[in-house]
Amino acid sequence: MTVVYIPRDAAALSVGAERVAKAIMAEAAIRGETITLVRTGTRGACWLEPLVEIDIGGVRHGYGPVTPADAPSLFDANFLSGGAHPLALGPVEALDWFAGQQRVTFARCGVIDPLSLAAYEAHGGLAGLRKALAIPSAEIVEAIKASGLRGRGGAGFPAGIKWATALAAESETKYVVCNADEGDSGTFADRMLMEGDPFSLIEGMIVAGLAVGASKGFVYIRSEYPHAFRAMAEAVAKAEDAGLLGPSVLGSGRAFAMELRLGAGAYICGEETSLLESLEGRRGQVRAKPPLPAIKGLFGQPTIVNNVLTLAAAPWILAHGPQAYAALGCGRSLGTLTVQLAGNVRRGGLVELPFGATLRRLIEEFGGGTATGRKLRAVQVGGPLGAYLPDSLLDTPLDYEALAAAGGMLGHGGVVVFDDTVDLAKQARFAMAFCAHESCGKCTPCRIGSQRGVEVIDRIVAGHERAANRAVLDDLLELMTDASLCALGGLTPLPVRSALAHFPEDFERPARGPTLRAAE
Amino acid sequence: MTAGQAQAAIFDLDEAGRIVVAHLHLDGALLPILHALQERFGYVPADAVPLVADALNLSRAEVHGVLTFYHDFRRAPAGRHVLKICRAESCQAMGCESLVEHLAAEHGVTPGGVTADGRLTVETVYCLGNCALSPAAMLDGELIGRLERDGLDALVNAARGARP
Repeated sequence: MTVVYIPRDAAALSVGAERVAKAIMAEAAIRGETITLVRTGTRGACWLEPLVEIDIGGVRHGYGPVTPADAPSLFDANFLSGGAHPLALGPVEALDWFAGQQRVTFARCGVIDPLSLAAYEAHGGLAGLRKALAIPSAEIVEAIKASGLRGRGGAGFPAGIKWATALAAESETKYVVCNADEGDSGTFADRMLMEGDPFSLIEGMIVAGLAVGASKGFVYIRSEYPHAFRAMAEAVAKAEDAGLLGPSVLGSGRAFAMELRLGAGAYICGEETSLLESLEGRRGQVRAKPPLPAIKGLFGQPTIVNNVLTLAAAPWILAHGPQAYAALGCGRSLGTLTVQLAGNVRRGGLVELPFGATLRRLIEEFGGGTATGRKLRAVQVGGPLGAYLPDSLLDTPLDYEALAAAGGMLGHGGVVVFDDTVDLAKQARFAMAFCAHESCGKCTPCRIGSQRGVEVIDRIVAGHERAANRAVLDDLLELMTDASLCALGGLTPLPVRSALAHFPEDFERPARGPTLRAAE
Repeated sequence: MTAGQAQAAIFDLDEAGRIVVAHLHLDGALLPILHALQERFGYVPADAVPLVADALNLSRAEVHGVLTFYHDFRRAPAGRHVLKICRAESCQAMGCESLVEHLAAEHGVTPGGVTADGRLTVETVYCLGNCALSPAAMLDGELIGRLERDGLDALVNAARGARP
């Protein structure tokens, strides 16, 4: 019997994967073919979705992107045996797009049925947890420290140090909180992992709990991700049934329970202290630090807050040893980075590589240039708080320090490509408007500064006293950077400043807006 | 989580009370309660606020504060269907703003508004996590990728019950 794999990841569904699965099963029934259909996550080649794969002698052959109308011709071409067809891709893992990657965190994503614990274990799952159960907490923390793992949410703080702080904090109750409030535009890695390999996050949460002495974990998932929430809920229920979660993790006598919580559309809740406020049932307003959450976090207890990818990397590190992880990457950015190629790019999707590849290699080699075929003009790296980089900076390697030196930040690894129709004055204005829209309101530089930022940029674009207003804007950017309570107000100046620095011509065009219309 | 009034029930104080009680065992129960109320009734009616405040031993002002802080919670019913259109950077790079203009010109509805027949609410959302397949939208919780003008017209017409 032939096994056919079709993703049920939200991105694949968004371009018709469900209809394709139905069409193929219906066609199989008409032709009397017996097929076992396995629904997977996505491998991350979103440009090939819906991607249909067939297991032929243990090798997965792909066809894509498939539409429901292709079903009859696929059967005519005998695709179940890998027959020739215009959509045939051959062995999927041999495609340049995949062969050039190094999958660590995403090794199982798109390959296995995400809700099969047996498949998870067969593909290396639970080895890290078994290791963690066999060693003392301090050794787990040491392994994470030695691996060089840094927080993947954006700040890049060393995970081992955070864990050591929480381990040293004395308390009956401690918490592990997973930040799955992936709000940055251009990023979708957390969503993909939660849908495509949810057990890896569950395993990572348990490992973190064992490391710091916490027996309860929360995952805060943004409400824009209903598919991920459902996948996680099903996986948690299965993990409870299998004794992976509960009063005795894998029969060890050590308890770990997990609870999922839904965000409510506030970008600021991706900031860790604001997320904790939200979990406690309040407005998502940022807390002043110190105290650090690792010492006084959720409900006043020691809490580690980590991103999905940070937690999911932990089991791999324990299973393969910290040295194996630290051998990947460069400088102080060790391990793999999951780049998300997005926006105006021909072959968008998720690329996992050791840190250090250049932006140009990613955009040209993997991304294949712009989707519109026009000239690339700007790339925003790291979400709405990341810098807009021009073509001349595309040879910057993707690691935390190199990006910072180029006046940007790596953030959560989102890379949004823009072609030459982009207006960077408009993008700079949007950065300020977004900050105003999403500000929690606690500190003045962010709450008021962003509003004034929109107005000053409007005046510059409209041609009102450009030099004087530019001086006001520079002042404002400095103030927001230095005096904001958290990264929202503190980093909004990055996209604005980079737009001003690299694309000054967009702010110097003949006046648009009211002045022009008045003259007509 | 994001659907419109099509699946919603008429507000009923007793039922709201039962929903609140069902969540009281949770730590930090306020957001789960507000989500559950909105899931059931399509919005969080003003009459529910004192009920929630009493149950959680909070002031009405505190509940109101939370209710109005988060973009997701509605204080009035939405249209039968809800279309969330992403207007964040990745979708901007693929022309989402021209889709928004098209919605206004062709269907007379702007983000934050509802069509004249009350059948479709359109909302702005900042990122649906489908950035490799921009522009993205979500109709009643179903994600849509590579949205184009024709596809948008079809969605709107179907939601409004018109023949194509």
